[in-house]
Amino acid sequence: MIVRRRDLLKGAAAGLFALGPDAWAMAVDGAPRRLIVILLRGAVDGLNVVIPFAEEAYYEERRSIAIAPPGKPDGALALDQHFGLHPVLASLMPLWSDRRLAFIHAAGSPDPTRSHFDAQLYLENGTLEQSATRDGWMNRLLLALPGPRGATDAISIGSALPRILAGKAAVATLPLGPNGARPLPIDQPDVGSAFDRLYSGNDELGKSYREGRAARAQLVAALAAEQQIADNGAPPPTGFPGQATRLAQLIRRHPAVRLVAIGLGGWDTHVNQGDQKGQLAERLRPLGEGLAILARGSGESWRDTVVVVLSEFGRTVRENGNAGTDHGHGNVIWVLGGAVNGGRVYGDWPGISPHQLYQRRDLAVTTDFRSVLNTIFERHMRLGDRQLETVLPDAPLTPPELARMIPG
Amino acid sequence: MLTRLAGIVAAVSLFLLTALPASAADAVSDRQIIHVLNRLTFGPTLEELDYVKKIGIERYIGEQLDPGSIPEPIELQWRLAQIDTLKLNPVQLRQLYGPLRTLRGFKPNAELEKAQRERVRLILRDASEARLLKAVSSRRQLQEVMVDFWFNHFNVYSGKGLDDVWIGNYEVQAIRPFVLGRFRDLFFAATKHPAMLVYLDNTLSTAPGSPGARGRQKGLNENFAREVMELHTLGADGGYTQEDVITLARILTGWTVNPPDARFYPQHAAVFEGARHDYGPKAFLGQTLKSRGKAEGEEALDMLARSPATARHISFELAQYFVADEPPPALVDRLAARFLETEGNIREVLKTLLASGEFWDSFGQKYKTPYQFVISAVRAAGAPVGNVRPLLGAMDQLGMPLYGCLTPDGYKNTEDAWLSPDATTRRISFATSLARGGLGSSATTNPVDATHLEAIFGATMAGETREVVNDSPPALRAALILGSPDFMRR
Repeated sequence: MIVRRRDLLKGAAAGLFALGPDAWAMAVDGAPRRLIVILLRGAVDGLNVVIPFAEEAYYEERRSIAIAPPGKPDGALALDQHFGLHPVLASLMPLWSDRRLAFIHAAGSPDPTRSHFDAQLYLENGTLEQSATRDGWMNRLLLALPGPRGATDAISIGSALPRILAGKAAVATLPLGPNGARPLPIDQPDVGSAFDRLYSGNDELGKSYREGRAARAQLVAALAAEQQIADNGAPPPTGFPGQATRLAQLIRRHPAVRLVAIGLGGWDTHVNQGDQKGQLAERLRPLGEGLAILARGSGESWRDTVVVVLSEFGRTVRENGNAGTDHGHGNVIWVLGGAVNGGRVYGDWPGISPHQLYQRRDLAVTTDFRSVLNTIFERHMRLGDRQLETVLPDAPLTPPELARMIPG
Repeated sequence: MLTRLAGIVAAVSLFLLTALPASAADAVSDRQIIHVLNRLTFGPTLEELDYVKKIGIERYIGEQLDPGSIPEPIELQWRLAQIDTLKLNPVQLRQLYGPLRTLRGFKPNAELEKAQRERVRLILRDASEARLLKAVSSRRQLQEVMVDFWFNHFNVYSGKGLDDVWIGNYEVQAIRPFVLGRFRDLFFAATKHPAMLVYLDNTLSTAPGSPGARGRQKGLNENFAREVMELHTLGADGGYTQEDVITLARILTGWTVNPPDARFYPQHAAVFEGARHDYGPKAFLGQTLKSRGKAEGEEALDMLARSPATARHISFELAQYFVADEPPPALVDRLAARFLETEGNIREVLKTLLASGEFWDSFGQKYKTPYQFVISAVRAAGAPVGNVRPLLGAMDQLGMPLYGCLTPDGYKNTEDAWLSPDATTRRISFATSLARGGLGSSATTNPVDATHLEAIFGATMAGETREVVNDSPPALRAALILGSPDFMRR
């Protein structure tokens, strides 16, 4: 049975949550609680990220792309008796051993769509089958957090603003490329003050202009030191590890950064997906390395951070005719951070034998991605019940088992 | 020829006049001219503004809908003529620029392979240069705008397989000739081009157990079939099922790329390989198809091209591109009806759109994409483009690298997708560099003259913008106009 939040609100149980609205997303010592969301756009093949090596069906259905079980050459890295991690993610094993990394398998959206674009839309606006919802759940989450808000409380890594962060609350967009802090003409005082006047209006453009100016000022201050080091020596790292390096630095200097969204593409492996080597492995490696850098580089701020990595849906259990996988259903969600009780694969594993599959082809979804998010909002960001309802309307409750994942 | 042209012009002016407010019919306002130039071109230039004032809006639209009638500037023709790789067909391109190891019996060393990779970069640069030169300088502006529209509708990505080599040819061969023609022709050309077959993985899709099934091509791949229906034709809510996706994938098995050393059809890069086709019985979108190999695929594509769902989907996209992010449903209905009446004649659908009250009521309501912003700024500045590299760099920085959209839905053209705090500060910075002559391209070594920009935009600029521009030091005025809120929209 799925307990829906609004049902609970009607009942006596609502009293339990009455403290909610007063709660602050702060750690005990007053440091802000932080959520970093990494969207793997294109549907990552979760069955080759957290590999169910104990299932015969896995090796039967994936003749050319399976990852060998732990102990075999290039085998998976054992997580428990049933699951192993893709070997290129070895950089994450210290976090696993330290119980700061968890996975929720067979997670995803109850919506059946296999369209990347519809599924990403629902994942980002947080409402199922409602493409009309224009704002993203991270923006609604920001609105639900207590103010006052600064220019870089919520940031999207990249120049464009993704749906997940779009909405009423001000957010920053920072590409965090190797030259992100290099001066632009707008940083010159005469140019800046002339444009300040031109964009003094209260329309969308004016607001976006002021957010951009304020965010740049903080970014330039935070990254100036790194820029100097980089200019004097080796080139700064590129790709996701580079962004992660700079993000860690920003968070260390500005603990007020609460919400971060990052989109990474290239997971749509219909052809020649590869096994321990190849296309998927080459995408996963920098992701793992970047996450490890983030954990190491954020300093004290890591303690108050939860990172969640998710994708719009999973991929077919059986490999297709071209050593790849097609669009599927259930997937694995990664959760890591100093505030996570990890070292465990959560979720209700439905199995991947033919009779256990969703529509006879895909991993079933046994954990709604929204209940994972609600767990994080409730136990980490300390949102009250009514606030939760504004962020993810009609979403399922925190399952008791998942509550342990975030000790709170 | 002349009489036909006159006929078109007359027809256009007849229905356009009815759409214009009565008072504007005799004295067409600057605002209307700027509106037309904002939407039918990549932004006003002083020359184009004067030209429309001279010949009138109706005639201008008639000309733009018939691009063959518009002479191209000699300098543009001359520069395009220098770009040799655009004259090659896909087979030649692969021979000259493809990976060396695919050539039979040839074992290149690492140094040769590296040299070859350098050469490949050159052809992508050629394709980008040709695209930008035309976007900035072609007088057939509506054609260039439609290339932008349709390329994104039928997007392919230069980072996939051999598509870095083929993407320029894809645009020349599969997109450009059809941008104002019949949708079916465009759809067929894009679907049959090797760049598309590679991009959406159809090259390996094979009927399981067929004589040609072996190695990495031993089964079905759903990618192409799904996106053909979801993105290219019916739309996500177009009423097809997962079963239809699988069936269309089976129908399109064997639509593939000819190997480099092919014995058959060596002059063709894309072929139908019967040995890998699924000849089993099929029901597609509720209809039983006769097993006819390649013809069966064409029949299925025809069904998709003719579907009312496709008419609606394309009409929605056109209205979104030319009118408003949330297009008025009544307009979409009229466009879809016109699309069906004319069997997908894109020119006719556009005529209906350009004659609509909704179009004329939407001045300045569209936020420019980075591509539109950069090109419109260079056009307004009025200097010829020397080196296109700074322009490509600006598009990269603004998150819209040319030929670099990874996903098959192409770049969006809505405000939602592009308005962001970083975009605003970066656009302003680009405008300032361009205005100061600091972009490092020979086009822009001279500062832009603010009076030139005022002559174009002065009459339609918002009062606040004009005030700030007038109050600012002369050296900053051009930057302020090109970086103004007015200029962010079209």
